[in-house]
Amino acid sequence: MLPLCSRVLLSHPFSPMSLMALREQLNMLVNSMYIEGLLDQQFQQLQMLQDASSPGFVAEVINLFCEDAERILTELTKDQAVVDFQKVDAYVHQLKGSSSSVGAQNVKLACIQFRQFCEENNKDGCLNALNVVKHHYYLLRNKFDTMLQLEQRIQAYDSKQQN
Amino acid sequence: MSSPRGPKACGGGAADRQIHVLAVDDSSVDRAVIARLLRSSKYRVTTVDSGKKALELLGLQEPNVNMIITDYWMPEMTGFELLKIVKESSALREIPVVIMSSENVPNRINRCLEEGAEDFLLKPVRPSDVARLCNRMR
Repeated sequence: MLPLCSRVLLSHPFSPMSLMALREQLNMLVNSMYIEGLLDQQFQQLQMLQDASSPGFVAEVINLFCEDAERILTELTKDQAVVDFQKVDAYVHQLKGSSSSVGAQNVKLACIQFRQFCEENNKDGCLNALNVVKHHYYLLRNKFDTMLQLEQRIQAYDSKQQN
Repeated sequence: MSSPRGPKACGGGAADRQIHVLAVDDSSVDRAVIARLLRSSKYRVTTVDSGKKALELLGLQEPNVNMIITDYWMPEMTGFELLKIVKESSALREIPVVIMSSENVPNRINRCLEEGAEDFLLKPVRPSDVARLCNRMR
């Protein structure tokens, strides 16, 4: 395989070796996210819905999810002295819904546990659960950021080649 | 006056007769997903974020809505309340209404179906769920 690649590299102005490497990096990243439980098959469903007519669909959903999640986490972080369990539960329900829709498995599971504590009116449990949700969310967001950057670089190659 | 409800090809149809679905959900993520799912089946889609906005749109002269698909749990007006209002309206009652929910609560499902909901979908909604709705469009 290597000799063919280096021949192509010498003749092609846009260095397709890098493009291949980018694609490989992206695949490995996404696969690792599935393996580590950050993503579940709902994310695969979203990937399958993306096509030539909606090339930015996955990025759009990821961005909407992150906006939504950060809005909710900001609200939940306020006023930790007195916990309004109903209000907190409503927020966590929303976050559980959007994480389920984007395929954010670990975040979703953390939300389910969080709601248990709300139901039990367990303040310490809720405070801990909030930290767990944040942990999983920020880990995921980090990887989503890398994923979207790789996608953008790959798409930049594709559009260059079309010009 | 009503056209026969025989079997027909699924999907949104040609542009001039495109089936128009009104999707109601307070979650921006879910609106994006349901819109994409419906558009990939060639339906024309309008999304709104509340029951109130849905009713405003439906109150227009020619809403031309062939189906309403709504989330159950929304602040201010639930999908169930929206369903009731639609079914109690002589102008709107023929429009099939589908409810979506992230929670599998049998009582809730039964209440919605009894109130006249066409179907009840569990979130996250799949392409196979959308395919199933095809025959229910007005």
